[in-house]
Amino acid sequence: MKTNKANETKGIPKTGTFKIISNERLSRDFFRMRVECPNDARMGQFYMLRAWERYPVLSRPISVFDSDGESVSFLYKTVGVGTEIFSGLEAEDGIFLLGPLGNAFPDARGKIALVGGGVGIAPFYLAAKQLRTAHPECRLDLYLGFSDRALLIDDYRKTADDVIVDVGGFITDAIDPAGYDYIFACGPEVMMRALYGKCGQAGAAGKVYVSMERRMACGVGTCLVCSCGTADGNKRICRDGPVFKGEAVFGQC
Amino acid sequence: MLTDDCLKTEFAGVVFKNPVVLASGTCGFGREYAEIFDIRQLGGISSKGLTLSPRSGNEGIRVWETASGIMNSVGLENPGVRGFMEKELGWINSLGIVNIVNLGGHSTEDYAEGAELLNGAELDILELNISCPNVKAGGMAFGVKTDLARDVVRRIRAVCKHKLMVKLSPNAEDITALARACEEEGADGISLVNTFLAMAIDIQKRAPVFQNTYAGLSGPAIKPIALRMVHQAAKAVRIPVMGIGGITTWRDAIEFIMAGASAVQIGTGNFIDPAVALDVIEGMKAYLGAQGVKNISEIRGCV
Repeated sequence: MKTNKANETKGIPKTGTFKIISNERLSRDFFRMRVECPNDARMGQFYMLRAWERYPVLSRPISVFDSDGESVSFLYKTVGVGTEIFSGLEAEDGIFLLGPLGNAFPDARGKIALVGGGVGIAPFYLAAKQLRTAHPECRLDLYLGFSDRALLIDDYRKTADDVIVDVGGFITDAIDPAGYDYIFACGPEVMMRALYGKCGQAGAAGKVYVSMERRMACGVGTCLVCSCGTADGNKRICRDGPVFKGEAVFGQC
Repeated sequence: MLTDDCLKTEFAGVVFKNPVVLASGTCGFGREYAEIFDIRQLGGISSKGLTLSPRSGNEGIRVWETASGIMNSVGLENPGVRGFMEKELGWINSLGIVNIVNLGGHSTEDYAEGAELLNGAELDILELNISCPNVKAGGMAFGVKTDLARDVVRRIRAVCKHKLMVKLSPNAEDITALARACEEEGADGISLVNTFLAMAIDIQKRAPVFQNTYAGLSGPAIKPIALRMVHQAAKAVRIPVMGIGGITTWRDAIEFIMAGASAVQIGTGNFIDPAVALDVIEGMKAYLGAQGVKNISEIRGCV
């Protein structure tokens, strides 16, 4: 593995092996890994991660949970062979990163709802921080849904005006779309669709942005395995997304 | 001391600064990887497979990881020949590397019309894809039966003014007969192999993973079989062969050259490390230096 040979330009993805600062278990299957890696990651972007040589063949796309410019953190859930390997890594181990990749959530101001389900809460830690920094006067409400156990609530509370938590139910039930200027969502597609439908009924469909997920291979837009049909034709989730307007991917309400 | 010329390769009259090419479908039209590494150092790229009309590709899951490989079912999502010529061609030609344009189709007419349109394009080699397993009509069917392959190559040869390289399927009923048929019909070269027809089943749903049931297997899992087929094909024809199939290291690339390939394409390996091709190029150079080989052609087909 090598570091980026060509470009060091801001905004251009970098590759290389970087040192893990910490990799802590937060629950049975949730982990948070911090890696020493200078970056300019924006809310909603992701990296391709690999901690092995040739096998498994594909790297794993993981959302940016946090960034301080000098390090990047990932919140991930063990769901298969790749994330299981990540969960066994320790401080000082190396990890191969490619990123930051993808677009980001758009700049937003006014009253903003960030709605995360499961590991889909990941991008909203950095999102809340970056939105607060850009617009100190904005109102940030975080809606976090978990299937069995709430995580990182104290951390999220430091970033937002209000944090609404649901365990075992539907976080989408907790939100009243009226009154929000922007609604960002990340989580299971069924959750985002339900949220989009609810917003549509409230006349707020145009305020919804969703972060889509698909199996990926290249992560940079060359292989087209993560294509997603949109109102404007096929889009690559890794490159043109992962963030799309709800209307573009879920259509008219 | 070795010069960079040790990797200089001539393939059907086209000069490559090195014999390392990114395979069709794994590098788009080069734009994305150009942001990550200096793709001008490559020998060439083979474009995403084009069809006469734009295609949106297959529905459902498009990639599935397997032991030492991946299966894909993209289904030739592409902007069509005209869209490519308008938006991508000029960019590729600005790179100073060999520009291979990959053309697929559903019928002989499709192929012929696409090839005629591409006569109006500046490119180095037309790679005729008769081996895509992921489109229902045409595609791989032409690459399985020798007689069908012969017909389509004859038809395209008659209209195509470019160097013509036919991309063969490992699912061919007789790979050496098919390779010979391409040569007899006037192909300037052949490339092999495309992906192997394969399958995965979702045991919870009791259904195929892929909407098309079957998909194309690539990656290190297929390398030994691909190497054998390149060896057989290279022994059967005089036209140059481009070796493809699970190449992820310079050692793999050297093996394909020794099996008779003049150049190699890297596909799935790009997903392991987007700049893997540069490692392959450097590694090949170092190997030739250590072996005292002045040009890679000296070891071509030595096995």
